[in-house]
Formats: sequence, structure tokens, C-alpha cells
Amino acid sequence: MSKDLSFATSHRKNALILSIIPGLGQLYNKQLLKGASFLIMSAAFFYVFYDLLNIGLWGLVTLGEIPFTDHSIFLLVYGILALIVLVFGIGFYLFNLRDAYKVGLSRDNHEPISTVKEQYRNLIDNGFPYLIMSPGFLLLVFVVVFPILFVLLLAFTNYDLYHSPPAKLVDWVLFKNFVDIFKVDMWRQTFFSVLSWTLVWTFVATTFQVALGIFLAIIVNQKDVKGKAIIRTVFILPWAVPAFVSILVFAGMFNESFGAINRDILGFFGMEGLPWMTEPIFTRIALIFMQTWLGFPFIFAMTTGVLQSISQDLYEAATVDGASNFQKFKNITLPLVLYAIAPVLITQYTFNFNNFNIIYLFNGGGPAISGQNAGGTDILISWIYRLTMTSAQYSKAATLTMLLSIIVVAVAIWQFKRTKSFQEEDMM
Amino acid sequence: MKKQNFGRLTLTYLVVLIMFVIILYPLAWIIGSSFNPGQSLSGSSIIPENATLAHYKELFDTSKSNYVFWYINSLKVSILTMLFTVILVSFTAYSFSRYRFVGRKNGLMTFLILQMIPNFAALIAIYILATLTKLIDTHLGLILVYVGGQIPMNTWLMKGYLDTIPKELDESAKIDGAGHLRIFFQIVMPLATPIIAVVALFSFIAPFADFIVASILLRTEKNYTLAVGLYELVAKQFGAEFTTFAAGAVLIAVPIAILFLSFQRFFVSGLTAGGTKG
Repeated sequence: MSKDLSFATSHRKNALILSIIPGLGQLYNKQLLKGASFLIMSAAFFYVFYDLLNIGLWGLVTLGEIPFTDHSIFLLVYGILALIVLVFGIGFYLFNLRDAYKVGLSRDNHEPISTVKEQYRNLIDNGFPYLIMSPGFLLLVFVVVFPILFVLLLAFTNYDLYHSPPAKLVDWVLFKNFVDIFKVDMWRQTFFSVLSWTLVWTFVATTFQVALGIFLAIIVNQKDVKGKAIIRTVFILPWAVPAFVSILVFAGMFNESFGAINRDILGFFGMEGLPWMTEPIFTRIALIFMQTWLGFPFIFAMTTGVLQSISQDLYEAATVDGASNFQKFKNITLPLVLYAIAPVLITQYTFNFNNFNIIYLFNGGGPAISGQNAGGTDILISWIYRLTMTSAQYSKAATLTMLLSIIVVAVAIWQFKRTKSFQEEDMM
Repeated sequence: MKKQNFGRLTLTYLVVLIMFVIILYPLAWIIGSSFNPGQSLSGSSIIPENATLAHYKELFDTSKSNYVFWYINSLKVSILTMLFTVILVSFTAYSFSRYRFVGRKNGLMTFLILQMIPNFAALIAIYILATLTKLIDTHLGLILVYVGGQIPMNTWLMKGYLDTIPKELDESAKIDGAGHLRIFFQIVMPLATPIIAVVALFSFIAPFADFIVASILLRTEKNYTLAVGLYELVAKQFGAEFTTFAAGAVLIAVPIAILFLSFQRFFVSGLTAGGTKG
């Protein structure tokens, strides 16, 4: 309290208390324009958003009470909107309190209060980053943050085909969906079989494409290989063709009745056609082959870039020391390449973890397997799509989305914690 | 020594040859199919005997096929997404790179986490929100979702590059009396052209190649983008109209591949820069 006594006046306290109604504190501080605009803004806020806040917050708690009149899902949406608006409102309110207190403090210190012109300059200088960020930020809030919040909340409801507005209401069920996925046999078995295939797929397909890319880059980069330019152009081709086109073309090639693989290639060697589209194991092999085909050029191009930047002096020094070719490869080339492309590798794994296109476009996640509601090659993301679009299991899909996001975010945070640049002062 | 070299080179060329076959065979097969007479592939061959352009003609006949619309839609959506992304991302990245404001650190962290969750993961929410706002089956809705999804990742990419442009430049301009906007447009942005090109390329390619968001939002055939349209063409009558599909695929693959190969250097350097800094 002794600190308070050192001031003769207590404008800061008065201003702070008056600011409980935004604007009054500023008026008290004789900043008429600012105070008036704060007052008008908060009045407008309540006038415009009163209904939304009222209905939204009520809806968020109850999710509606009368079928046909109350649409639970719309209420949920309004509820989230109300929350977002409320967060912005609270932010403004805190700013108002802080502003009144600070100006009061400088009055107590007998510092001059900034004039309208100075306030304007201040607003422009401090507000500029906020001003130019706001369009991108708002868009982000509505198309990225909003959907994430929605899914987060949906995971705790029973929204599905049988609880589907407007005829039925949706209710909060807390953790029932999570419990179901781990307790109910059908869900548990499907979840773990999908999860294990997702992991196997991510690991095997990514590793193949990375290994092939590095291997080809190294052998093409040998000094005495002729025609490097044409070889490199051809090797980049699978990356240059849009992936969805290639995948659909492969789907045609692997087709069991007219596809070229069975008819022309296996037929040429006198072999029987294989059930590429109807046996899960063959579909899986085909998928991994395709992803390797699609993904290696990227790694190939990056590795080639790294190889060309390795100084020849290193190899010459190694030759002088009597190192064999293999030793040079193992101790110079490989460590340098892996070090340079390591950050990209992790993004390759996360990309394949969520590689919806290849799974869905090739065979729709199929073939179907009896006893589970996911296809034989469904990965988590395509299973979520199937649950949403074909069987209307919205709340289960939302729950799975949350589980998937937790996995992805955990891996990513672990990765970025290890990245040096993240710890640099200026980065953040 | 000579002999060893010979063996190594032969092996290298052999591997290259096998890879050539594996890479080029599917491409040759689809090009061949597109010239095959008839609708199905039974009895077709890679080098068709009675090559025909009929399938290409059919694609451009708007009474028989929506292909031309899909092409225009895809280009429209991709170009607009690219434009908006570049503008918004320049602003956000510039703010994060040059200003120290309240909430900056939390904002950067949020962007980092958001870029990891693919925005189509929340596809139910996107679908319901679009229905509510009547943006379903419109390209505007699609573009908004794409642009929003592009912001976090590209902001980080561009911020990393802007951080390398010396701050002394804008400080001296400020002393000379340049305002915020002037510094942004006349000093920093011209120096950032390489990364703007990379962001533009990324934000063009991503919507062009996207299937999942477009397939959720677009409902009528005329509004489809190429990825959705081509898939429907195949899924609806697989086999029955495969040669038409093949012609459609060739018409997408060839221009994009040429475009890609000519910009490829840019692409790789941008990715390496972003990768090591991100």
C-alpha cells in the first residue's frame, strides 16, 4: 500500500473503477473522443450481438429443447459463434481497463496526457500490425479455428443418423463416444485395424519413397554417368503430373478386367491375373507401389540439390587418406544428405499419414471387409470421410478426428522442439 | 580398376533403364488409351492401330461432357486462391516478422499447430458451416476454405524468408519519413519476390490437386473442379468410358507437367529454404 501513498492523487484507481462501463474511465481521464467512441462501441456490441449471445449460449448448454423448433446443430454453431464474439468482447474490455489504468497512472505522475493527434499516431503505429493482419486472421478464425472447435464439441454429442435434427434433438453425451470406440467390440476392432494399417502404410510407403529417392539421386550423381539432364527430367515426371490424375490412371491399370497390369504385363510372363481390387493384401501392395512411384521424385530432387552442394574437397581429402568408395559414401555423403533433408522427411511421414487422395481415389478405401465398417485399405482420415459421407456417424467421426489430431500434433510438436531454429530468439 | 568401373556403370544404367520403364509405362499407356477407338479398353494396345481424336473432340463438346467447365472452374478456383493467399499471407508474415506486438508469440504458436492439422480433418464442420451460410456448391465457399487453410503454413514459410531481409533497410526508410505501407510495398515486398513466387506456386497447386474439400462442397456437376469431375467420370462408368477419361487425364497432365518442369528449380529451392527454417 505504501506505493499508493506516494501519489497525491488516485486517478488511476478512479479511472479503473469507472471503466467497468467502458468509456467512462477515458472520459474521466479527459480523453473525450476516445471515451465517447468506447462507449458507443460497447453499446453497439451489446445491441448487435445481444440475440446471438443469448440464443447461442443457451443453445450451447441445452442443444435445444423442442424437436422441430430447435435445431441442435444450428444452435451449436450459434453457440460457437457466440463464444468467439465473447472472446473478442472480453479482449476489448480488458484493453479498455488497461488503457484507463495506464492513462490514470500517467496523470498521477503528472505526465501530460496524449492529445487526440498523438492518440491517432499511436493508434496507427501500434495498431498497424493488427490492422493488416485482421483479414487473414478473421478468415482463419472462421474457416480453420471454427471447424476445429465444432468438431471438438461434436465429439461429445450423440449426433448421428438416429439423432438428426430437425426431427430429433442432439444431446451432450460427454465421453461416451471415446468409451464406445475403445469398449464396443465392433468399434474397437475396426479402430485398431485401421490404426495399425495407417501406421504400417505411413511407415512403409514413406520409407520406400525416401530410400528410392536418395538411392537414385546418388547413382545419377556419379561423375561418369552420361545424360544426367534427361535422366533427371524423366525422374521428376511422376511429381510433375498431378497426383490425382496418376492415381486414377493407376486405378485403371490395376483394374482386374481390363487393366494393363493383369492383361499385358502378368499375361506377358504367362501369369494369372491377381485380384488387385478385391483382396486387401493386393490393394495394399499396389498402394505402396503407387506411393513410392508418386513420392520418390520429390526426395530425388531435394537430394540432388544437396549432393551438388557438397564440396569436392571432402572427397579428395578422403581419397588422399585412402578411403574406399563405400567409406566415402557412408561417412561423407549419407550423413550430409540425411542432415539436410531431415526436416522434410518428417513432413513426408505426416503427409502420408493423412494421404486421403491415394486411398480414396484408388479403390475408395476398399475392398470391403466383413465385420467392420471400414474398408480393407482405409486409413484414419478416409475412414472419417466414409463415416461422415456415407453412414452419417457424425459424432464418431468427430471423435476419431480428435484422436487423429492429437497424434499429428503430438508428433509435430515433438519434431519442432528438436528443431534448432525453433529455439532461436528471433524466430519467435 | 577399369573393369570395376565398367561393372558399376552398367549396373547404374540398368537401374536407370528399369526406372524409365516403370515411370514411362503408365504415362505411355494412358496416352495410348486416349487415342484408342471405342469406349472400352478390351482389345486396345499402347500404340493403337486406328488412332482417333474422337475422345478429345467429345470432351470439348459441351452438350456431351462438362469437362470444359471443370477445367475453367479449376483454373478459376486455383488462380483466385493463389491471389488471395499471396495478399493475406504477405500481410500476416510481414506483421510477424517486423513488428513486436502483444499476442505475437501466441499467434505464431497457434499458426504452427494449425498448420499441422489438415483443415479437411474438420470436414463435417466445413460441410455444415457451408450449408448454413449458403456457401455450399459455390466456388466462393471453396476458395475461402482453401485460402484459410493455406494461411498458417505459408505465413511461416514467408516469415522465415522476411526475417533474412535486414531490418536496417526499413529502419533507414522510416528515418527518411516513409510510412508503414510505403515500407511494406516499396522496400520489403520487392526484396521478397522469390518467396512470393514460391507461395504463389504452392497456393496454386494445392487447390488444383485437392479432391476432398471440393468433393464435399460441390454438389452439381457443372460446378465440379477437375479432380472431382475426373473421379466421377471414372467412378460412374468405370471401364465403359475409360478412353474418354484417358483423354481428359492427358489434357490435364501435359500442360501441368510442362508448367511444373519449367518452374521446378524454384520449387525445390523454396522447399529447402522453408524446410530448414521451419
